[in-house]
Amino acid sequence: MKRLSWFNVTSLTLGFAFLYLPMVLLIIYSFNASKLVTVWAGFSTKWYGTLFQNEAFLDAAWVTLKVAVISSTFATVLGTMAAYVLVRSGRFWGRTLFSGMIYAPLVMPEVITGLSLLLLFISIGLDRGVMTIVLAHTTFSMCFVSVVVSSRLISFDRSLEEAALDLGCSAFDAFRLVTLPIIAPAVISGWLLAFTLSLDDLVIASFVSGPSSTTLPIKIWSAVRLGVSPEINALSTIMIGIVTVGVITASLVSKRNSLRMQREEQAAERPA
Amino acid sequence: MSETVFAPWEDPNEKPLIRFQNVTKRFGDFVAIDDLTLDIYAQEFFALLGPSGCGKTTMMRMLAGFETVSDGRIELSGQDIGRVPPNKRAVNMMFQSYALFPHLSVWENIAFGLKRGSMPKEQIAARVDEMLKLTRLEKFAQRKPHQISGGQRQRVALARSLAKAPKLLLLDEPLGALDKKLRQDTQFELMDIQETTGTTFVIVTHDQEEAMTVASRVAVMDEGRIIQVATPAQIYEAPNSVYVADFIGDVNILTGTVKSAGDERYHVDWAVNQPPVLATSAKPFSDGQECHLAIRPEKILISPTKPEDAENAVQGKILDIAYLGNLSTYHVELPGGQIIKAQTANTRRISRRNFTWEDPVWISWSATAGVLLDQ
Repeated sequence: MKRLSWFNVTSLTLGFAFLYLPMVLLIIYSFNASKLVTVWAGFSTKWYGTLFQNEAFLDAAWVTLKVAVISSTFATVLGTMAAYVLVRSGRFWGRTLFSGMIYAPLVMPEVITGLSLLLLFISIGLDRGVMTIVLAHTTFSMCFVSVVVSSRLISFDRSLEEAALDLGCSAFDAFRLVTLPIIAPAVISGWLLAFTLSLDDLVIASFVSGPSSTTLPIKIWSAVRLGVSPEINALSTIMIGIVTVGVITASLVSKRNSLRMQREEQAAERPA
Repeated sequence: MSETVFAPWEDPNEKPLIRFQNVTKRFGDFVAIDDLTLDIYAQEFFALLGPSGCGKTTMMRMLAGFETVSDGRIELSGQDIGRVPPNKRAVNMMFQSYALFPHLSVWENIAFGLKRGSMPKEQIAARVDEMLKLTRLEKFAQRKPHQISGGQRQRVALARSLAKAPKLLLLDEPLGALDKKLRQDTQFELMDIQETTGTTFVIVTHDQEEAMTVASRVAVMDEGRIIQVATPAQIYEAPNSVYVADFIGDVNILTGTVKSAGDERYHVDWAVNQPPVLATSAKPFSDGQECHLAIRPEKILISPTKPEDAENAVQGKILDIAYLGNLSTYHVELPGGQIIKAQTANTRRISRRNFTWEDPVWISWSATAGVLLDQ
């Protein structure tokens, strides 16, 4: 093992402190007994208790989850289809325009996306609610899915699809039975990305949400404007916890799989 | 005992399984296949041989249905297959990369094509087991492709493409990914399987040794055209052009002008300060015509003194010796600066080293040793 020099230790410490100090502070204060956020008055978990009594927060959390699951699923289907067309069909009329347009929302300011969606919903007379948030989130997250999936499809061995066709599959069966199972990890990470983006989103949701449907980020935002409450710290701590567990599990699983794959490949090449 | 030799291409009544009729394939401005006409017969092991970019893979992909024909037509058992999609053709392909489905076991890979039809389950299982037995893979049925070796993967690919009992099996550089020893064993295995199943095989390869070993006929291609179609022996012994002679094996080419010596014999004037050499040719040449005399190195004898009865003999000195174990190739430099390769078999274990570098030697060959070519 190479020893770390003092320079490396310092940069590492500074970097991590910069990234995680705010969150650590937030977690610590979520266990604060005092109602005043900045004054430490001993350890307590009471804010977690009151959080689960707070109907408004729970409703908002439920709406957020519902919106995230539905919109990321739609975004995954649409984004995967778009990626497949862009990577597979080679040249067709307007291809460059199409591929440019699919990635435009990535760089479009969210305020503009939100505003234009709001105008659209008003002009077609759609009542603002869960439905409009789902539509808006699908719109902006499908291009992220499309980027993730198309990068996997570019490295995909095309002869696998040709082999499926050759063995009697229709084009759709070849996609369903061969392509999709193989690119599944990329599709799943696309879905997770879309899910996270939807959970996170404040700007677009605040344009298209109605009075009956508030998402958690909007709820937190409006609550904070009235003053930071320890309840919000508790809620944020729970969210950080969920994300951390998710990320660690995913990386452990993928590391174990690739190790097993490597071992089996080596075993196969050794003469029996 | 009279055994009929397998040569359907010589029987005018035989119907070809595959018929290319004036097929042209263009990719934009690039002509990949140029007005090509070719017949392939049932149960043949047919090799398409050529350097990369000669159009051999395009021909195979047109047979499989992955490329459409720009002009002309391709028939399979008398039916035009130009518009038939790949999944509706009685043609299967073994891919260069094997294209095994990584998420399916060996068994499921082989069953994949069978499950696409309406075959009952028990029959599928029986057929898969039969294929596993044919390719000696019974032990590996439940493994995934990444859990078996390269040679085994190659056999899975073969079993999968044969499972549907296609009329025609296409093999795209099937042995390219194997090392040399395994490749040679597998060549014979392929021939055995081709014979057992009676399937027509079309193999694409750039390896001339492989084509010569496995094929009943070889088509040598260059720039989208077929230069010669013949049996391996004919291709080697009677090439129709300098290109074919040079592409298959090693060859010495003497370029010069011919002068008839009567009775299908010709004198070739090939160097200013050398006497003309004698060659025979069934194909007529006119006096003064430019020609190329192609002589294989193993047909040239090398000796320390001038052989008495040789029809052609030239003196030179040894420039290089390549010892290959079973053979030795001598590069002999002639007074005019031309280099001729002569090959001898090392039939004795410890050969008496007759020749060494800079030795003056005589090389000689008979009038029938070379092939006289006009192009």
